Amino acid sequence: MPKVTVDGTELEIAAGSTVLQACEVAGVEIPRFCYHERLSIAGNCRMCLVEVEKSPKPVASCAMPINEGMVIKTDTPMVHKARKGVMEMLLINHPLDCPICDQGGECDLQDQALGYGFDKSRYSENKRAVKDKNFGPLIETHMTRCIHCTRCVRFSTEVAGVPDIGAIGRGEHMEITTYLDAAVGSEMSGNVIDLCPVGALVSKPYAFTARPWELKKTESIDVMDAVGSNIRIDARGPEVMRVLPRLNEDVNEEWISDKTRFAYDGLKRQRLDRPYLRENGKLREATWDEVFLAVSAKLKATAGDKIAAIAGDLADAESMYALKELFVSLGSKNLDCRQDGAKLDATSRASYIFNSGIAGIEQADVVLLIGTNPRLEAPIVNARLRKRYLMGGFKIASIGPALDLSFPLESLGAGPQTLSDLAAGKHGFAEALKAAKNPMIIVGQGALARADGSAVLAAARKLAEASGVVKDGWNGFNVLHTAASRVGGLDLGFVPSLNKDGQGGRDVAGILEGAQSGAVEVVYLLGADEIDNTKLGKAFVIYQGHHGDAGAHRADVILPGAAYTEKDGTYVNTEGRVQRAKRAAFPLGEAREDWKIVRALSQVIGKTLPFDSIQQLRAKMAAAHPTFATLDALLPATWGSFGQEGSMDGAAFRTPISNFYMTDPISRASVTMAKCAEVQSSRSKDTGTHG
Amino acid sequence: MLSDKDRIFTNLYGQQDFRLAAARARGDWDGTKEILARGRDAIIEEMKKSGLRGRGGAGFPTGLKWSFMPKQSDGRPSYLVVNADEGEPGTCKDRDMMRHDPHKLIEGCLIAGFAINAVAGYIYIRGEFYREAENLQIAIDEAYAAGLLGKNACGSGYDYDLFVHRGAGAYICGEETALIESLEGKKGQPRLKPPFPAGAGLYGCPTTVNNVESIAVAPTILRRGASWFAGLGRPNNVGTKVFCISGHVNKPCNVEEEMGIPLKELIEKHAGGVRGGWDNLLAVVPGGSSVPILPKSICDTVLMDFDSLKEVKSGLGTAAVIVMDKSTDVVKAIARFSKFYMHESCGQCTPCREGTGWLWRVMERMVKGNATSGEIDMLEEVSREIEGHTICALGDAAAWPVQGLIRHFRPVMEARIAAYRSGLQRSAAE
Repeated sequence: MPKVTVDGTELEIAAGSTVLQACEVAGVEIPRFCYHERLSIAGNCRMCLVEVEKSPKPVASCAMPINEGMVIKTDTPMVHKARKGVMEMLLINHPLDCPICDQGGECDLQDQALGYGFDKSRYSENKRAVKDKNFGPLIETHMTRCIHCTRCVRFSTEVAGVPDIGAIGRGEHMEITTYLDAAVGSEMSGNVIDLCPVGALVSKPYAFTARPWELKKTESIDVMDAVGSNIRIDARGPEVMRVLPRLNEDVNEEWISDKTRFAYDGLKRQRLDRPYLRENGKLREATWDEVFLAVSAKLKATAGDKIAAIAGDLADAESMYALKELFVSLGSKNLDCRQDGAKLDATSRASYIFNSGIAGIEQADVVLLIGTNPRLEAPIVNARLRKRYLMGGFKIASIGPALDLSFPLESLGAGPQTLSDLAAGKHGFAEALKAAKNPMIIVGQGALARADGSAVLAAARKLAEASGVVKDGWNGFNVLHTAASRVGGLDLGFVPSLNKDGQGGRDVAGILEGAQSGAVEVVYLLGADEIDNTKLGKAFVIYQGHHGDAGAHRADVILPGAAYTEKDGTYVNTEGRVQRAKRAAFPLGEAREDWKIVRALSQVIGKTLPFDSIQQLRAKMAAAHPTFATLDALLPATWGSFGQEGSMDGAAFRTPISNFYMTDPISRASVTMAKCAEVQSSRSKDTGTHG
Repeated sequence: MLSDKDRIFTNLYGQQDFRLAAARARGDWDGTKEILARGRDAIIEEMKKSGLRGRGGAGFPTGLKWSFMPKQSDGRPSYLVVNADEGEPGTCKDRDMMRHDPHKLIEGCLIAGFAINAVAGYIYIRGEFYREAENLQIAIDEAYAAGLLGKNACGSGYDYDLFVHRGAGAYICGEETALIESLEGKKGQPRLKPPFPAGAGLYGCPTTVNNVESIAVAPTILRRGASWFAGLGRPNNVGTKVFCISGHVNKPCNVEEEMGIPLKELIEKHAGGVRGGWDNLLAVVPGGSSVPILPKSICDTVLMDFDSLKEVKSGLGTAAVIVMDKSTDVVKAIARFSKFYMHESCGQCTPCREGTGWLWRVMERMVKGNATSGEIDMLEEVSREIEGHTICALGDAAAWPVQGLIRHFRPVMEARIAAYRSGLQRSAAE
């Protein structure tokens, strides 16, 4: 490894590193605006200039590769003069509107101006004013503040894969724009707000609402999809003000999807903040005592096989565990966490997790997507696929609907027939998959949430086995979920269990069938809003959740729970990674944390659950289900036989998500998401000469 | 003074036809096959020996530049790119070479391409040069038809294609890496160096970018020998050079002369002298708008070559001599340069994007005198903040004219400020 000297300290650093990286290793901070680890190097802000011995001019450290024996100086008069000069240039046309700028307090320019700025301006000419641009409903622009670092341009073209943002004009008339004054067509566009080092691109929903120093910051986990993106929730008092990404190289790197970032305003609308009881066909406000007694009476009066529970997509593991324990004690086997009816097999963990891990995508060289649209189902996974594509030597194909993933892919066919052909080696891609070093199959819910889902799963398994997708040191068989609760529910066995006599419990379809026929009399919905409520028949419906969505409308009793920002909860992401979300604000009104509601109910029923605190609950949960004992890590799952081989029908796979912006009670209640959906639908319409 | 027998561009004025037959009569394409037969290394060695320094402005030795290209391909092809985006204000040499003597350039492209092992050459010609591009294309077509280009060019066994690409009128696309970006179909913005084009240039492949004149003189150098070329001019500043003389002279012209000719002799012999006589001279910009201006006192004696002009803190640049007589408002002239650079800055680097506009605005006030003498120092400082702090040399080019003005004409600026102030006081008193 080459040796370099930074400010007198000699160090060794990997060949190919830049001067800036060498300085960072040496612990010397280099100011920068345009440089970003995850974007290509632009080298245009000129803030990172350092002195290199034998170089007559200061060099841009972000772009200069190191050489053996290089002597770098970061604290010389030349460096200070250069940086001060650049800072002065940055400031001459930058407005002095920090007091009304949303970036104030977390602005790179502000921070660095403190170190390198002059105390007064020598620029007595008129400052430049730039017309604000339309970047859509999420990103507010103040283009006069722009310092032309082009991070947003590079993000959109490189990471998001949509060349919607660019720079037009030259010299001081250069402007960052979306060209056609249209919204950015990416599901991850909000990340440019974080990337923007100044207040040029700021969050529209958050605009003028808070200052960073008055926010309480809570590190938590996102539940808008099954990725489990690491987030930071910034709250002021009871109100969530914004959601930002947190760094996790294995999961979301430092990106989050727009739904993760902006759906939080849904937390303020349509909320259930007190218990309700249906009387004479109408819901009325009630007390906890009343609703507990009503529920308890109903459950006690009903036989175990006539009660059922369905866990929704946002449920935390603790509440599912508590509810399962309660239902087991009541003698019910009718439990399901698969609202969409996905034919996932809870007995083999390898069959329902993203075995390679999201970061494993970077090792894959050939990928087959089966019935999934990662761009809508998990934009972060799609970004990782795109990152892999950009590395080169990558082949990706899809069975299912035509996709635009922001990178080219081969469409093999629409449905199970193509899968059979592949397995039979009748398709050219089968060879590519076999020949690959690290082949990968990603099965989506679109392929599993159907009557023949189990057969599709089995076919995918056989294809994986035949193509070397699973081998020593590599398991490229991946299931991509869309629900944050799903893997946790499967890990907990929140699925119909078998009776002693071999008689199975009811799954979601069975529960709904039973409700219609009268075989199921009580249905407990733990935040389940995606089932077909019209099929609940005459059943007595208990809804525990936080939003007045579909489930609450049908409910006979409403138990107000907490949204993901309002409780400590465990979520297992699609990789099988167990992560802990933390409470950023208290539950609304009389609402309570969900596991506490189940625990309190169990006492009223007389089947008191054996835990009084979340710690006790978690200890019990981890003892019963050991995967919960390991946090923030991937446990390799044992490969096994799963799925039920059988005939698959000819119907094409359908993507489970048609409207990315509205997939759960929170995002459906969000005005921001509604605006995005509207822009999205108007975009897909033909306009102008095509209209 | 250069004797006619040593002239390379014998049809610079278009007195003869530009086409192949006439070019052959002038000696072009004579023994090209034999030159190629000497082999790559021999050609590069001869070019190195000739001491030819790049004619585009920076004066980098051409032979040395060619020698940076990989001898063995790593799988990537190599390219030759000819910079014919002649945009430097005051410069009009490449234009006449392409218009009247395109075969010199085309032959040079073949030889240079062969020497650097290129698969193809691209001539990036300034968009405004419409007729020039036409003539160039006609000449290339002739060369193809005569078997001088294309498969087995000149019967040498070497396959070589040559293309003309027309620019769209951005000055910055004359910067070699911006030119490459533009050639690739992108926005013309200079790239970071390293990697240099010889490592990763056009489409990421090894590329040599040369000025038209550097390429066009190569065949003659190889035909007549390095020692002939090196025998002209002064040590380290050898050969002939086409000078473009414009401004307040009686006969503005392009003229090929020996390097190191005294500026005074150049103007008096070839351009008919300064309007109103040598004593009416105010200043000369010796190498295109980017180099610092020189007052008459220096012009009296200075020699026109890289090193002599560098000694007096200016530069040879493209050898575009802009002559200003005493009727010139020199502050206004430099302010106009500043406006040009503000307009042509690509907008990437902070100091250039913001600084060029600042310079121009202050210069505009200086023209009127609406400033303080402290602001002259500030102007100087601002120009130093731009200079050397940018990706490409446009920042330097914007800073130097202003620095030259302050260095040599500060009293003029101060007098103007004083006049403006006294005018203000007078009007206040009235």
